[in-house]
Amino acid sequence: MSQDTANAKTTIEAAGRISRSALPSRLFAITKHGFSILLTFVGLTAITFIIGRVMPADPVLAIVGDRASNEVYEAMRLQLGLDKPLIQQYLIYLSNILQGDFGTSIMTTRPVLDDIIRFFPATLELATIATIFGVFLGIPMGVLAAVNQGRLIDHVIRIIGLFGYSVPIFWLGMVALLIFYAGLGWLPGPGRIAVYYDGIVEARSGIILLDSALQGEWEIFWNALHHLVLPASMLATFALAYIARMTRSFMLDQLNQEYILTARVKGLSEGAVIWRHAFRNVLVQLITIIGLTYASLLEGSVLTETIFAWPGIGQYITTSLFNADMNAVIGGTVVVGICFVGVNVLSDILYRIVDPRSHD
Amino acid sequence: MTDQPTETGLKEWLLSDTPQSVAQARCQRLYLAWLSFSANPIAMLGLAIIVVLVGMAAAAPVLTGGDGTEQALANRLQPPSVAHWFGTDELGRDIYDRIVWGARITLYIVGLVAIIVVPIGLLVGTVAGYVGGWVDIILMRVTDIFLAFPRLILALAFVAVLGPGLENAVLAIALTTWSPFARISRAETLTIRNAEHILAARVQGASTARIIVHHVTPLCLSSVIVRLTLDMAGIILVAAGLGFLGLGAQPPLPEWGAMISTGRQYMLDQWWVATIPGLAILIVSMGFNLLGDGLRDVLDPRSGGTS
Repeated sequence: MSQDTANAKTTIEAAGRISRSALPSRLFAITKHGFSILLTFVGLTAITFIIGRVMPADPVLAIVGDRASNEVYEAMRLQLGLDKPLIQQYLIYLSNILQGDFGTSIMTTRPVLDDIIRFFPATLELATIATIFGVFLGIPMGVLAAVNQGRLIDHVIRIIGLFGYSVPIFWLGMVALLIFYAGLGWLPGPGRIAVYYDGIVEARSGIILLDSALQGEWEIFWNALHHLVLPASMLATFALAYIARMTRSFMLDQLNQEYILTARVKGLSEGAVIWRHAFRNVLVQLITIIGLTYASLLEGSVLTETIFAWPGIGQYITTSLFNADMNAVIGGTVVVGICFVGVNVLSDILYRIVDPRSHD
Repeated sequence: MTDQPTETGLKEWLLSDTPQSVAQARCQRLYLAWLSFSANPIAMLGLAIIVVLVGMAAAAPVLTGGDGTEQALANRLQPPSVAHWFGTDELGRDIYDRIVWGARITLYIVGLVAIIVVPIGLLVGTVAGYVGGWVDIILMRVTDIFLAFPRLILALAFVAVLGPGLENAVLAIALTTWSPFARISRAETLTIRNAEHILAARVQGASTARIIVHHVTPLCLSSVIVRLTLDMAGIILVAAGLGFLGLGAQPPLPEWGAMISTGRQYMLDQWWVATIPGLAILIVSMGFNLLGDGLRDVLDPRSGGTS
């Protein structure tokens, strides 16, 4: 959380620095940026390589499982190239990843990448809806807190934010299920969709909301939406807390600037000062924050997916883990890591495009 | 009555404008920090929660009848009552006892993680910041890679290889937690590396190692402590998450996350089995967050109150 805060601030500062420099140095900065992304990718794969291939006592056993025959074992040993030097093994591993080859899952007997493509849309759907919740609730809360700094409402929002940071999400999910599903019966239980709707909608994108809407199955669309409410709200508690805190902080920075004083002296209404003047500047800064939140929700959904039996990437990784399916675990970890880095890079680029100060 | 004069004497000693010794000046700084800290009710609430947690962990044998692992199958899944304040679990173990003993495990985890990550982060950050050049670039690249990696997933992968267990969970959390500390200490080091007292030490012939340990590190500590306190909540949540997935502390240890996990199957009829440990986690991580917020206002006045 505050790690991300610090990251976001440095990213923003970095963007500001670049915008003020001349074009050649900007090109240099872009090259440098691309280089650092590349390095991060190499580091990321190196770490997963160490976890998957170097740390286990017997990586072959970790991949094929202890019930495999000797032929399978030997074949896998050769396939992994365990007779070669470590650095060469890593290069093979890297080139396999670049070709989308993460090996085969022993649990599903399919290539890991196919599995990930099948499971990922569910996580994407969940994280997207949660981020939308977080943005539409968190931003107004942050603005409200900043405008009323030090008053009761500010403290209440601060406590709500701290709650979002502090609550174990899997526990909150269980309590919410107990209240809204078992107790009140307002919302459906775990799963993405009611059992009797299973398989009716053809999975094109894998995102049920999108697929059902495109195929005109509105009944299924509503059912899926109902199933999304609880897990997305759970994930959104963290997003909301983080976005609200950062909005408040950015907003306070803006409200203390002189142009705000000027606007007030001109006789503008308080609403115009806050929303048309201060908030516009905040919105640009929030792009990075929303990106960070989205990336962390893609990752943070692991526990939520377990509670809500949500067939996403998090559940794929944890079930593979219990089946000692190392290829699947490492493959999933790499993909989530790439998404995490990718979303952050994307929001950084978006920030530079949107911020008028970087166009001079 | 006899206490009165010494108390005012102490207060004068602590607030005097002309401290007579280094020790007095230090005490004064601490006292002033305490005054501003204790004026913040939210931070004090956080402190109170942590004090209670530590007290619970220390006095666990006195506060409970056993060590939280005695089974009494005749008493299984009893609702909260006078005999069992928080009820009993599926093996008839008293949940209150297990919560109290679980405080020890929680403190053990956060304590051990802190002991591992703070020195590593400080070392990497101060060396990178003070030495600069290629050392800085290499160390910070490594740090950034760990920063870029999603935390829970990385911890999961580590535990998957190392095998489940309390120590491995601690190791996995530590591996994913040290990087922000390196960033922070580097940032602090950069602001002070050319300060006059550092130059003075260098002119006097102090070695690089000596300057880093004796002159740079102490000045990084306050930011690191604030960050550590705020991170404690995150560490507790990741540890509880690992415990919940069955990858952290193993049964019969009363780890709170694992307790939620076993209580999950009784959630509909015996809500207390899972709900109470969850509340304990919530309260403790809230306590660390409140404390960290308050400490930041006191120790790090630049960001005071605004973020």
